[in-house]
Amino acid sequence: MYSKEFQDSLKAVENAREANIGYELKRMTENEKNELLSAYHPDYKESEFSVLAIGPNKGERIPCELCEMLQGHSRISPEKINLDDIKYDTDVLIIGGGGAGAAAAIEADEAGADTLIVTKLRIGDSNTIMAEGGIQAADRPGDSPVAHFIDAFGGGHYAAKRELLSKLVCDAPAAIEWLNNLGVEFDKEPDGTMITVHGGGTSRKRMHAARDYTGTEIMRTLREEVLNRDIPVVDYTSAIELILDEMGRAAGAVLMNMETKELMVARAKTVIIATGGAGRMHYQGFPTSNHYGATADGLVLGYRAGARLLYADTLQYHPTGAAYPRQILGSLVTEKVRSLGAKLVNREGNVFIHPLETRDVAAAAIIRECADRGMGVSTGYGEAVWLDTPMIEIVGGDGTIEKRIPAMLRMFSRCGIDIRREPVLVYPTLHYQNGGLDINTDGMTTDVENLFAVGEVAGGIHGRNRLMGNSLIDIVVFGRTAGKTASERAKKVAPAHLTLSHVAKFERELNRAGIITDVVSPKLLPDYRRK
Amino acid sequence: MENMVNIYLFGKRYSVPDDLTIICAMEYAGYQLIRGCGCRSGFCGACAVFYRIKENGELKTCLACQTQVQNDMYIAALPSFPLKKQAYDINKIKPDVQIMRQLHPEIYSCVGCNVCTKRCPQGLNVMQYIEHARRGEFKKCAEESFECVMCGACSTKCPAEIAHPQVAMLARRLNGRYIAPESKHLKDRVEEIDSGKYTELIKQIIQKPVEEIKELYNNRDIEK
Repeated sequence: MYSKEFQDSLKAVENAREANIGYELKRMTENEKNELLSAYHPDYKESEFSVLAIGPNKGERIPCELCEMLQGHSRISPEKINLDDIKYDTDVLIIGGGGAGAAAAIEADEAGADTLIVTKLRIGDSNTIMAEGGIQAADRPGDSPVAHFIDAFGGGHYAAKRELLSKLVCDAPAAIEWLNNLGVEFDKEPDGTMITVHGGGTSRKRMHAARDYTGTEIMRTLREEVLNRDIPVVDYTSAIELILDEMGRAAGAVLMNMETKELMVARAKTVIIATGGAGRMHYQGFPTSNHYGATADGLVLGYRAGARLLYADTLQYHPTGAAYPRQILGSLVTEKVRSLGAKLVNREGNVFIHPLETRDVAAAAIIRECADRGMGVSTGYGEAVWLDTPMIEIVGGDGTIEKRIPAMLRMFSRCGIDIRREPVLVYPTLHYQNGGLDINTDGMTTDVENLFAVGEVAGGIHGRNRLMGNSLIDIVVFGRTAGKTASERAKKVAPAHLTLSHVAKFERELNRAGIITDVVSPKLLPDYRRK
Repeated sequence: MENMVNIYLFGKRYSVPDDLTIICAMEYAGYQLIRGCGCRSGFCGACAVFYRIKENGELKTCLACQTQVQNDMYIAALPSFPLKKQAYDINKIKPDVQIMRQLHPEIYSCVGCNVCTKRCPQGLNVMQYIEHARRGEFKKCAEESFECVMCGACSTKCPAEIAHPQVAMLARRLNGRYIAPESKHLKDRVEEIDSGKYTELIKQIIQKPVEEIKELYNNRDIEK
C-alpha cells in the first residue's frame, strides 16, 4: 500500500527488524527524561500558553485556546432565562453520557435517587468508547495497590493529589469486579486468570483488556445497564450553564436542544459534570484521537460557577497517533501495540526510544526524532516515525495481532495496510486532558458544594501525565463514588431558589479586566466546515 | 492539486477531494454535523451510512468515518435506528435458552435471508451469531459479535424485525457475567483490600516525602 517514496525507508525498517527485536534500549534516567520533556514536549512551549485574567485560577498559565474559551461570553443572557419554568426536576443531574457519567448514573439510581443524564450527542458517544488498550488494576499475585500507586505517582511527575491516587489504586480491583459482574468480557485464561500486559511506565503487568475494544466493551455494557434501569437520558441536548442556589451550591443547569436551540431549565439537588476532555480544541494545532464532542465544556461550566482548575496546563499527547494515510490522521494506535512488542523506529530503521517509556516521554522523543534530528519520514501531511507492528507476530506468534488487537488490524486494513506485514506511520496526537476541575475523594469539586466532576473533566488524580489504562479505571472508580455521594447529599437538600447571578458576575469581571472577545463558550462541537 | 470526485449527499451533488472520508467530505461540503458523527475512529457506530455507487449499483453500508469517498457515491446517513430494547436485570437472569425466548422471541422467526450479514459495516457474520443465540450458545454468539458497534444497519431490512445488536449485547453480558471463568485472584485481592491488608502500607507511602518516593520509583523492579 505504501507508495514508492516510502520504499527506501520501509526497506531499512525491514532489514533491521530482526536485530531490533533483540535490542533492548535502556530506559532513560530521570534527568534524561526531564531534559527531553522540557526541550520537546508541547506542554513546555511557552508561546502556546496564556495567563488567565479572571476567575478562580487568575494569574495561572493555560493553553491559549482554552484561555479563550474560559474567558468567553456565555451563550445566554441570564435575565432572559425564566428559572421558574422548570422542564426537568431531578435529584441528581448528570451532564455527559460517557463512561464516568454512566457509572455515576447507575450508582445514583442504585442508591435510590431520581437521576437524569443529559448528553449533547448520544449516550455512549465519548472518549470511553474509543479507549482501546486496557484498564489498570493491581489484582494479580505479585502486584499490589502500593506498586500501582508508585508507578502512577512517578509517571505523573509526583504531582497527583495523593489521596485521590490512593483511592484510585485501592478501589481499582473492586471496580474491575463490578464491571465483570455487569458482564464486561475481560480477556481471561481458561482458568479465569486475567490476561494482562504492561503499559508505558508500569512495573507490573496489570493492563486488563477486552482485546483492543476495552473502552467499547465497557461503555456498551454500562449504556445497556443505564437503559435497563430506565434512567432517563436526554440526548442531543447540551448543558450550557450551571445553575446555583442562593448559597452558591450547584442546583441545576440551563440546557440547549442541539438541533432546535430551545433552552430549558433542569433543576437538581446535586450536579455531576462528566463532560470528558478537550481533544477537539486542537491545542497547538495537533490532530486528536478524541471524540467529536471533546471540547472542554465542563471546564467552562465549572469555571464560571467558581470551581478551580488543577493542572489545566498539562495535556497528554499520545505518542502513536496514526499519521498516514490522511483518512485516519490523528486516530489512536493503541499503546497495546507496543505492549505486545512493536517498537518505534526512525527513517533509517533505528530504535530511538524504549517502547514502554511513559507517554509524555515517548511523545517528546518522537517529536525530537522528527524535528532536530531530521530522522522522520515525510508523509505528505507532516513528519512521522514507524511503529514496527510485524514484530508482534514474530514475538508473539502468527495470529497474535488478529487475536489481541483486531481493531487496529481492521482500521489499517480499511486503508489497504496489513499491519501484520507492514509497519505503520505514527506521530503524537492530542489524547487526554491531564488536568481539570479540582475534586476531593468523593468526586465533589473543592470550591462549589454539590457540584461533582468525574472522568476526564476532573484533575489531580494523575498529576501531570497519566499512565495508559488509568483513565478507564478512574472513570469507573470516581464515577461510582460520585454517583453514590451525590445521591446521599441529594437526600439532604431542600428544593432551592435558583439563580444565574454567577453568570452575570463573570460577564462583569470580563468587562472589568478589559477583555474584548467575540468568543462564546462552551464550544460544544468543533466546526470543520471548509472556510 | 487535489483530485476531486462527485458525491451526492441526501441527493444533492458536491465536488470533494477524493482522499477524504465521507464524514470529512460532508464537512468539506459545508455541513456542521450534529447527528451521525461520534468517535470518528470506527468504534461508536454513530455514523452508519447507506450508499450506492451510481444509481444502479448495489446498496451498501459503511461507517462514514472509516470510508473514503468514491466518484458517483450516493449517500444517506442513518444517525439513529429504532432498535427494539427489552429491559432485564443482569443479576436475575440465567444464561439459558429460555432468556432469549423471553426477551427476543423474534429471533426464532429468522427466515435466513442473510441481509443482516450483508448490511454489517464491520463485516460480521450477523446471521451466524443470531443462529448461535437461537441455540443458547452465548459464548459463540459473544465471540462472533464482539466487534459490533451497534449502529443498527443489520436490522434495517430484517423481515423478522430482529434487533440483532441487542441480541448480541445480551449474549455478551451473559457470557461475561456467567459463562466466562471466574477470576479467583481478583476476588482474593478485593477481599484483601476490604480486610485492610494494604491500608497501612498505602498510608505509609502517601505520607513519605517526595524524595523518598522518587527513590522508590527510580529503583523499582520492573517485571519482565
